[in-house]
Amino acid sequence: MADPIHQFQINKIATLGHIGGHEIAFTNSALFMAIAVSGITALMLGATMRRSLVPGRMQSIAELSYEFVADTLKSSAGNEGMKFFPLVFSLFMFILVANVIGIIPYTFTVTSHIVITASLALLVFLTVIVYGIYKNGLRFLKLFVPSGIPIYILPLIVLIEVMSFLSRPISHSVRLFANMLAGHITLKVFGGFVTMLGGFGIAGWLGATLPLAMTVALTALELLVAFLQAYVFTILTCIYLNDAIHPGH
Amino acid sequence: MAQQTTSTEHVPASGHGRSFPPFDATTFASQLFWLAIAFVVLYLLMSRLALPRVSAIIAARQGRIAGDLAEAEKLKGKTEAALAAYEKTLAEARADAQSIAGQTRDRLMAQSDKSRKALEAKLNEKLVQAEKTIAATKSAAMANVRGIATDAATAIVQQLIGAAPGDKAVAHAVSEALKS
Repeated sequence: MADPIHQFQINKIATLGHIGGHEIAFTNSALFMAIAVSGITALMLGATMRRSLVPGRMQSIAELSYEFVADTLKSSAGNEGMKFFPLVFSLFMFILVANVIGIIPYTFTVTSHIVITASLALLVFLTVIVYGIYKNGLRFLKLFVPSGIPIYILPLIVLIEVMSFLSRPISHSVRLFANMLAGHITLKVFGGFVTMLGGFGIAGWLGATLPLAMTVALTALELLVAFLQAYVFTILTCIYLNDAIHPGH
Repeated sequence: MAQQTTSTEHVPASGHGRSFPPFDATTFASQLFWLAIAFVVLYLLMSRLALPRVSAIIAARQGRIAGDLAEAEKLKGKTEAALAAYEKTLAEARADAQSIAGQTRDRLMAQSDKSRKALEAKLNEKLVQAEKTIAATKSAAMANVRGIATDAATAIVQQLIGAAPGDKAVAHAVSEALKS
């Protein structure tokens, strides 16, 4: 039975050199990042090349993506949040496309690595802090002091707020990483059952239909999860950015 | 199983083949490096090219729709103006027709009045003349009656008494008789 962890292995395609003692290689992960970026670019630039007034199928998808992310951002962070639209849109499309490509067998899921999701979550976290302080100065700290709280429990509340703020990048990144990882392992395990039972002759083939049906159902579920986790990551990004723009509770 | 081929710096700790791949720190540098490149490229492509273009397409469509609606509104306004002008012209024509009819009727009535009055005046004049003629004829006839009566009375008295009465007495007696 195939090792369900094998699919997450990073394989070197070419070693490029070393930076500060760390090896920099072009890997399968980098390849699929490139594929994701190319795919998004093909959709957003290739499909909108003709700038049709009445959009074709692909141009409709490009416009729908644009309006979907724009509406999400506007409803959470208001019109001021639109200055972060390119960032939020890039995040959403990158995660969505990376997740969806990962469902195809023999591909690599870029977002199943914690270092990737953590980097993206930290990018959001640092953007929130830097922009929040740049725009609001010390008033940004009001984020940790909710109004209308009695003074005697205020220290406790501030402590909780600070801790929840600091744990944001952790939950933000682990949620996506764990969903991708667990989904793919489950798929692989059920797929493994199919091949294993298939080795037992006719009876095994009959028995293998059950895990095969599960694999089909799980693939559909994974497609939903791939979209949902990209959306969850995006909407949390919008909510965090809203904190940077409007720090008062 | 594709094992990590040797990395000169990280030999034993993390370089062993079966560590859980997402926690294999030897791959982090490569992943971060390529993630940075991929994400920056994606960000620049989206923010500089793709998003402005899509936004322009959507704005152009909304502009076109708004323009078409405004055009339709304008045409509707024109139609209503044309309709109003038509109705106004119709009303004017109707009023003209009525005034022409009224004028014609008034003129005809005035003409007929005039000719009727002229006729009446003529008739009145004739009536007056006829009455004058009658009166003249009557007075002439009366004068003749007096003369005849006087002559007759003189003759009668002369026959009866054989002497002619005085003219004055006869005239007086005739006058008295005619009065009664």
